[in-house]
Amino acid sequence: MIAIIDYGMGNLRSVQKGFECVGHEAVVTRAPRVIDQASHVVLPGVGAFGDCMDNLVRFELTDVIHRSISSGKPFLGICLGYQVLFSESEEFGCHKGLGILAGKVKAIPRPSDDGEVSFKIPHMGWNTVQVNMAAPPLRGIPSDSYVYFVHSYYVEPAECALVSTETEYGIPFASSVWKDNIFATQWHPEKSQAVGLQVLKNFGDWQ
Amino acid sequence: MLTKRIIPCLDVKDGRVVKGVSFVNLRDAGDPVHVAQVYDREGADELCFLDITASHEKRDTILDVVIRTAEQVFMPLTVGGGIRTIEDIRRLLEAGADKVSINTAAVEHPDFVKAAANRFGSQCIVVAIDAKRATTCEGGEPGWEVFTHGGRTSTGLDAVEWGKRMKDYGAGEILLTSMDQDGKQDGYDLALTAAISESVSIPVIASGGAGTLQHLYEAFHMGKADAVLAASIFHYQTYSIGQAKSYLAQQGIPVRPGTVPVSIS
Repeated sequence: MIAIIDYGMGNLRSVQKGFECVGHEAVVTRAPRVIDQASHVVLPGVGAFGDCMDNLVRFELTDVIHRSISSGKPFLGICLGYQVLFSESEEFGCHKGLGILAGKVKAIPRPSDDGEVSFKIPHMGWNTVQVNMAAPPLRGIPSDSYVYFVHSYYVEPAECALVSTETEYGIPFASSVWKDNIFATQWHPEKSQAVGLQVLKNFGDWQ
Repeated sequence: MLTKRIIPCLDVKDGRVVKGVSFVNLRDAGDPVHVAQVYDREGADELCFLDITASHEKRDTILDVVIRTAEQVFMPLTVGGGIRTIEDIRRLLEAGADKVSINTAAVEHPDFVKAAANRFGSQCIVVAIDAKRATTCEGGEPGWEVFTHGGRTSTGLDAVEWGKRMKDYGAGEILLTSMDQDGKQDGYDLALTAAISESVSIPVIASGGAGTLQHLYEAFHMGKADAVLAASIFHYQTYSIGQAKSYLAQQGIPVRPGTVPVSIS
């Protein structure tokens, strides 16, 4: 069974329904016991980085996240749940992340030749991914597939070798990473129609 | 490359689609969930429900619609209409909406937008601006004035200044409707759309006036819109989403291709 971690942020229902739609049972929970027993763990999330970390600490979820990842079971981070895996973010001052992966979360820069506003932030809508690495959840997803993004910050991993997909918005950035049992995406599989559902299916199938 | 979005919008009253939807081969064109599924299959980029339920007792019908939609359709869903409190937003997001659109409440209490963005994040707070051409506005210059209550109540606010202020208050996106053009099907107010889009750094959705595919093109090319909202041209199947996308692609507008039949394996 898949455990979707509920820390009071984000549209968890869509993630759960997405898994159910492709035949995987998923529960929304913040009970460490349930998360420990799950075969797969998902950390979703939208909102601000600082609030996300505060809530993970407040609900005493950081230990069970670390434990899930070191146990080797498949772990999926989505959007903010991707960003908080890294060491730190510059969003609204500097915030420490979970530090599971090395790297920084930075504001999407405006192109230097841009006037005031023609470059829109957040990066919102459907953009393509270039697949660099055949991470198991990306099985059957070719390069140039469209997925749905909404974010104002991006991840700069310390190790380029982790970058499983790249996307361009003003600059090229790591739109997903894969390391051992961790797969994490800046984009929202639960909002990316057939492409996203395929990724959720693959993740649930991943042993 | 980030693509321009096409967003069909459904008016929903007491949980039913109220106007302008006539799909052939659709068992129940009055059920917003069935219509949403059609748009999903056609490759719409997002969906928008505008709740126009008047009676207070039936306000919760939209929650049921959102819950059922979120079980079937896996693309971003915006819900607007009558949102006045943090609790209204929380319930819609929990039901499965991704964004909410705030209109009258933003004008009456601008700090509500700030509070909502702080609580839920800017990414889910859309501020809807209903604008009409006006000869004199805040600065005495010709421009557009913000209206509320479906275009009935004048506010004296200049639409461009209001858009900038809402961005500063934490809006993540602006849904801009021309009250002059709405329902006419003779094209978006391109000057208005461009004026707002070039003044705020957040995405702008153009709304009001789409009657042909060329109108969609103009909203992107001349109006500098990031997305277009349309109702009638899709609801009556004058054009499909796929046709709209092919046309825009031919005109050089970056769009995600329409219907991509992918079977989950």
